[in-house]
Amino acid sequence: MRMAEAPIVCPVIYQDKCNGCGLCVSVCNCNSLILIQNVIVYIEASQCGWCTQCEAVCPTGAICCPFEIVFEGN
Amino acid sequence: MAVQVEHIKSIPYFAGLSSAELESIKSLVFEVEAERGKLLLLEGEPSESLYFVVSGAVKVFKTSADGKEQILQIMRPGEAFNEVPVFDGGLNLATAQAMGPVVIYGIKKENLETILRNHSKVALNAIRVLSQKLRHVVSLVEDLSFRHVNARVAKILLEYASDGSGDRQRLTQQEMAAMAGTAREMIGRSLKDLMDEGIIRLERHRIVIADKEALKKMAGMVA
Repeated sequence: MRMAEAPIVCPVIYQDKCNGCGLCVSVCNCNSLILIQNVIVYIEASQCGWCTQCEAVCPTGAICCPFEIVFEGN
Repeated sequence: MAVQVEHIKSIPYFAGLSSAELESIKSLVFEVEAERGKLLLLEGEPSESLYFVVSGAVKVFKTSADGKEQILQIMRPGEAFNEVPVFDGGLNLATAQAMGPVVIYGIKKENLETILRNHSKVALNAIRVLSQKLRHVVSLVEDLSFRHVNARVAKILLEYASDGSGDRQRLTQQEMAAMAGTAREMIGRSLKDLMDEGIIRLERHRIVIADKEALKKMAGMVA
């Protein structure tokens, strides 16, 4: 039996906060982000290396990369 | 692409200038395009121009002798960098690197002096911008010298770590910064310090606490 694959965790996007500046797209190392109709969306989320550069440059807090914090072994 | 007045107008240094004034300044501005990762300025080297980000983002940082990077600021469109060596004639204080494709405008030192002499508004705007930067740098100095940011980050990690039961709460670096009462730049550095010491590990979107006892010690939670 094949195990179900775990869903890919993606950066969180708040489209209502996005001002369409495109800074996150310009700094994304893995081309995971694009602007569609002036609003940020992700494509190829599996490529995202979680470098958090998009979060660092976003002037409006429209994209963020939250970390799950776990103890070793959990 | 040629230098455009519209872009110059959106730079705080040139706020409040008339169209005629902006046009006269335009002739003294040059444009630079750079790809991701390109070093635009090197710490310790001489440079003769003030730069403004037109599009993209530029990381301004210092590097320690052992290779540790401290981000001073991320410059976004409209923001200026490299004022200090241009105004005091010294060497570059920090390195500047394109975080993605960027377009920047530059003004040579001698031309900037001409602009400042001819347009008092620009001088006042420059003082305002420099004061804001000083405020930011003083707050970084405060963090670096008086506050034990690593200890507070360690405490936050322990408080929010999941033991595997129940919902796993997730935290952004921005949220950790707000909790620790520090700048986001300091969180990146703290996490790097903890990684270098083998206390935590980053696995994409997970922070794995590899050495709980060492983290507790850092947080001041053990006698």
